[in-house]
Amino acid sequence: MSNTLKHRSTPARPHLGVHILLILGAVVMFSPFIWEMLTSIRSYQDSIAVPPKLFAPIVLDNYAAVFTSTPFGPQLMNSVVMTLLRTLGQVLFCTAAGFAFARLRFPGRNVIFAVLLSALMLPTELLLLSQFQIIQSLGLVNSMAALVLPSVVSAFGVFLMRQFFMQLPEDVLEAARIDGANAFQIFFRIAMPLATNGMLALGILTAIWSWNDLLWPLIVNSDQDKMPLSVGLASLSGQYITNYPVLMAGSLLASIPMLILFIAFQRSMIAGIAAGAVKG
Amino acid sequence: MSLRQTTNEPMTGAASAAPVTARPPSWKRKYALHRGEPLAGFALIAPTVIGLGVFILWPAAQTLFFSFTKQGTFSGYTWIGIQNFVDIFGDPVFYGALINTAVLTGFTIAAVPIAIVCAVLLNTEGLRALTLYRVIYFLPVVTLPTAVGLVWKYLYNGDYGLLNSALAVVGIDGPSWLSDSRFVLVAVSMVAIWSTLGYNIVLLLAGLQSIPKSYYEAAELDGAGKIRTFFTITVPLLTPTTFFVMIISVIGALKTFDLVYLMVGADNPALGSARTILYLFYERGFTQFNGGYAAAIALVTLVIIGVVTLVQFRLQKKWVHYE
Repeated sequence: MSNTLKHRSTPARPHLGVHILLILGAVVMFSPFIWEMLTSIRSYQDSIAVPPKLFAPIVLDNYAAVFTSTPFGPQLMNSVVMTLLRTLGQVLFCTAAGFAFARLRFPGRNVIFAVLLSALMLPTELLLLSQFQIIQSLGLVNSMAALVLPSVVSAFGVFLMRQFFMQLPEDVLEAARIDGANAFQIFFRIAMPLATNGMLALGILTAIWSWNDLLWPLIVNSDQDKMPLSVGLASLSGQYITNYPVLMAGSLLASIPMLILFIAFQRSMIAGIAAGAVKG
Repeated sequence: MSLRQTTNEPMTGAASAAPVTARPPSWKRKYALHRGEPLAGFALIAPTVIGLGVFILWPAAQTLFFSFTKQGTFSGYTWIGIQNFVDIFGDPVFYGALINTAVLTGFTIAAVPIAIVCAVLLNTEGLRALTLYRVIYFLPVVTLPTAVGLVWKYLYNGDYGLLNSALAVVGIDGPSWLSDSRFVLVAVSMVAIWSTLGYNIVLLLAGLQSIPKSYYEAAELDGAGKIRTFFTITVPLLTPTTFFVMIISVIGALKTFDLVYLMVGADNPALGSARTILYLFYERGFTQFNGGYAAAIALVTLVIIGVVTLVQFRLQKKWVHYE
């Protein structure tokens, strides 16, 4: 093999083979999205044609139908409010707790932290039964509070933020202490501004996870008007005739907010995932 | 606290900090610096501790308790000892779900090498359009699972689905994927792989970037080819990340619910061949209101996840290289 030779010389098209493989993979990854888009702009008749047509006359009515013939509007609102509240809660509370566990000294700190560690190990899906009973006993079934409450804090968030605060150089905080700043001042004025990257990563991960959450909302909010989009769209497909063009239009609209968030903040998000990996 | 702060106000800057850092501070002095922290500490952790206590730790204890009871339809319970567990281990539906989940998990593990290859390709030095590729491969991870489930349900449709018409081009008469008990689990597994591939690639890419370049330079000097370098340097040095990806993938696969609910669903004749443990848990707990049985399933699932993870940690000594 003339491998060393190949390395030294610069080919006209660098990494052609690599690109071909990656493009093939990208086609597999992306074609469902293209089919989703194409379906969303064709008529119902064209959507069930056998064999399927690659191209069909463009019909834009499906996007209007999403809003007029399904409860998309209210459900979109539910998704937005639920996602915002969960994200705000997690970023605020988990950042505060992460800082306290990483940087403050108080009795029982390590014991409490170890107990929370066990919460991280528990797959929350398996606790749904009891969580549902708690929401039920509070009279909150079919409400925004039911969607938000169990996920307003998370053990993952505390760990992620603790990880960030552990990396802060001790000198900075020590200097502030010697200057007489109290713990709250150190947290709000010194530590938090230095942890914005971590907070951003946590916020994006929480937002995407909340928006996409299916099982909990499915269990707790069965009223059409109280569901987020994840559940609402799924319930449409269960109906007798599946109108795929309208469903695909709805699916596309419902996916777009998080796709935009991801594309805009992909660097922070990927950093957050990598930081989470370090934790494991 | 604010009082202490104002009295200490004049002592600012490096001048006051210097003598303290010059010699190691005594315990007393150090403690004095942390005065007032217990109160602040408790205040800062309070919302999280209360939230996790009420919605994670208490439910964990309650689920354990539920698993030994028969739950009433609306309220009340009777203690029935280990009867739920006896029922589970005599229930062919449970075993079916267990096998389905195991097969799905197997597919997920089998797909890890695909993620490694993609990550290695993406890690090519000086590769153009890296960000674009990464975004495309990652899109399914951030896409609403409901949308993923619906679009694939449409693609898999036996009559007017795109997949079968593509297969027809090469002369294959495709089945009705999602309602044929022979194919439904494969079909769901493929989507599970498709929708997590990007996540694994991102983790593996981070792992690849932490392999020192000097190894590759040495390999090149020794005249090792690309394939050889991949198997003798990349794969072994990537094993810690691969191990982590396996742990995450297996736990994720063992908790599969969304895709089965969205693509297969309750009325499907092939549900028996696609029902996962978590789907069975949902069915028993929330559609058949058999809370005690569902709680017992939750507990058994927790034990399975724990044991599988433990076994993986035990096995890692055999194949994971730490430096």
